[in-house]
Amino acid sequence: MAYDKFKILSTTAVPLPIENVDTDQIIPARFLKATERKGFGDNLFRDWRYHPDNTPKEQFVLNNPIYKGKILVGGKNFGSGSSREHAAWAIYDYGFRCVVSSFFADIFRGNCMNIGVLPVQVSPEFLIKIFEAIEVDPNTEFEVNLPEQTFTIKSTGEKESFEINDYKKENLLNGFDDIDYLLNIKNEIESFAKGTPL
Amino acid sequence: MKKTLFDKVWDSHVVKKVLNGPDVLFIDRHLVHEVTSPVAFLGLKNRNIKVLYPERTFATADHNTPTINQHLPVKDPLSANQLKALEQNAKEHQIPYWGLGHEKNGIVHVIGPENGITLPGATIVCGDSHTSTHGAFGAIAFGIGTSEVEMVLASQCIMQPKPKSMRITINGTLNSAVTPKDVALYIISKLSTSGATGYFVEYAGDVFRQMSMEGRMTVCNLSIEMGARGGMIAPDKKTFDYIKDREFTPKGLDWDKAMNYWNTLYTDDNSVFDHEVTFNGEDIEPMITYGTNPGMGIGISGGIPKSDAIKGGAATYKKSLQYMNFEEGDNMLGKEIDFVFLGSCTNGRIEDFRAFASLVKGRRKANNVTAWLVPGSHKVEDAIKKEGLLDILNEAGFELREPGCSACLAMNDDKIPAGKYAVSTSNRNFEGRQGPGARTLLASPLVAAAAAVTGRVTDPRELMIFETA
Repeated sequence: MAYDKFKILSTTAVPLPIENVDTDQIIPARFLKATERKGFGDNLFRDWRYHPDNTPKEQFVLNNPIYKGKILVGGKNFGSGSSREHAAWAIYDYGFRCVVSSFFADIFRGNCMNIGVLPVQVSPEFLIKIFEAIEVDPNTEFEVNLPEQTFTIKSTGEKESFEINDYKKENLLNGFDDIDYLLNIKNEIESFAKGTPL
Repeated sequence: MKKTLFDKVWDSHVVKKVLNGPDVLFIDRHLVHEVTSPVAFLGLKNRNIKVLYPERTFATADHNTPTINQHLPVKDPLSANQLKALEQNAKEHQIPYWGLGHEKNGIVHVIGPENGITLPGATIVCGDSHTSTHGAFGAIAFGIGTSEVEMVLASQCIMQPKPKSMRITINGTLNSAVTPKDVALYIISKLSTSGATGYFVEYAGDVFRQMSMEGRMTVCNLSIEMGARGGMIAPDKKTFDYIKDREFTPKGLDWDKAMNYWNTLYTDDNSVFDHEVTFNGEDIEPMITYGTNPGMGIGISGGIPKSDAIKGGAATYKKSLQYMNFEEGDNMLGKEIDFVFLGSCTNGRIEDFRAFASLVKGRRKANNVTAWLVPGSHKVEDAIKKEGLLDILNEAGFELREPGCSACLAMNDDKIPAGKYAVSTSNRNFEGRQGPGARTLLASPLVAAAAAVTGRVTDPRELMIFETA
């Protein structure tokens, strides 16, 4: 599925300083019943965001109007658990384009990159600095620069570089997906398959 | 060059290496279910392409199916719609589909092995993180996202960087009442839920060699809960005996040819792993979790650790205990529980029902406990009946439900009510996993059985009669 190209993102960020945020929290299983990729943002962090009677939990960060922006900053081991891509869809659909953490679960990280959400892994020390910067001023802006592979706290100028392989970087910069690539090498796949019995 | 088991299987499936990028990995067999596949099929439709190798994909309905009255129409319209979508997609693309009521229906990771879809040395994926289960047979098996489901349908390949390798070796002998589930929960409690992230694990040593195939599946199933992409165990005679003559395994000359390959599937002596971990089998006791991730487990006779003894954030730890309404230092033994769930792709196989039945035999379900016993498949259900286990369970006040994922992720009506405690043989104790506000204690079928008959967390060893040497 096509997604917006990702180059440079300059925006405020929403802090979620909790560790081991699992994909059941990001999108609970009971909201996985759609047959189309629509409306998942409404249920992002559903049970942290709403009471059982659907009234908002005021203390939760997404319900606090002072926090906004296209970057979600989470604690260590973000996205653990279920492989549901719906978690990445919910984050994208809500309006985030980048998730920052000091450590990501594998499948979640891959799912994000496949749909155009950039996972940025920073050092634990830098993550603390990001949380502190938002605490001091929720309007603090950050710059995610994919071509340069840097994440900058604009108020202080402090920056850290992040890793991403060249192939995925090109995909995100151009809005390509892996299926485009795979369909292009179909002949190679078909000749490989001939040597691979069922 | 010395190769690990993982290297041998991975390397033989690489169609192409992308420069400074991932490998294009060929997938031998692909399993799909109703929840993570519809958007992938929709993607094919939008691109106007067909499934490249429909004979390599198998479909079942399991995640949001009811576990009672499966012969009636599914009441929840959203679930019914998703089930219908899978049926239609399977039909349109000529994929074998084992829907509700089909004799081969069941949880995707139970039916794969029992029908011989799961083979040693194969690459197997599914849009479900517990696909790691199939590694018990010496396959590379792991969960993928929906974009990747679409890739496999379209091209029989996915694109992933090769993970690092880790070997977890456990030698020695397991103590009484210590099951494969306890072994896995023990490992996760030691490594944490992110301790194996970025790695593919091989399990080695006496403990795994002596384990049944069902037990190996339980261990490999839980690999994802320590963050690993997957886990695998080198195939041996037990593996080959298990798969022989199942419907989708090779037959005749093809079997002999396959055996020649399968016999090469082991880690060469002196192979180097990126990381090695060793434990002693004797150190493991029956386990139970007390928190909101599978790494928060302790030996059942132990107490809940103090927050100052925990690595990682104290705030996250306290939030977790608050959700569970437990205090630091509490003993788990004796805590009252409300529900027992036996089932899931982790512990929904015949051996798990045998273990549960062995302990409840001649006892009665506690009055304060609601018990949901959900077989992993119709074949498991049939075996339960054939072996006389159903009579034992019924006499003890338990009933059997119909197969499906059920209360493991509570997508159907099998939800644990808010605030209630469930001893569950499933795989995740995340907040709300078994229903909004539900509190999950992960444990083995034996610990679940002990809780079911006493109404509280109980050491199964207290209820078991041990044969003396």
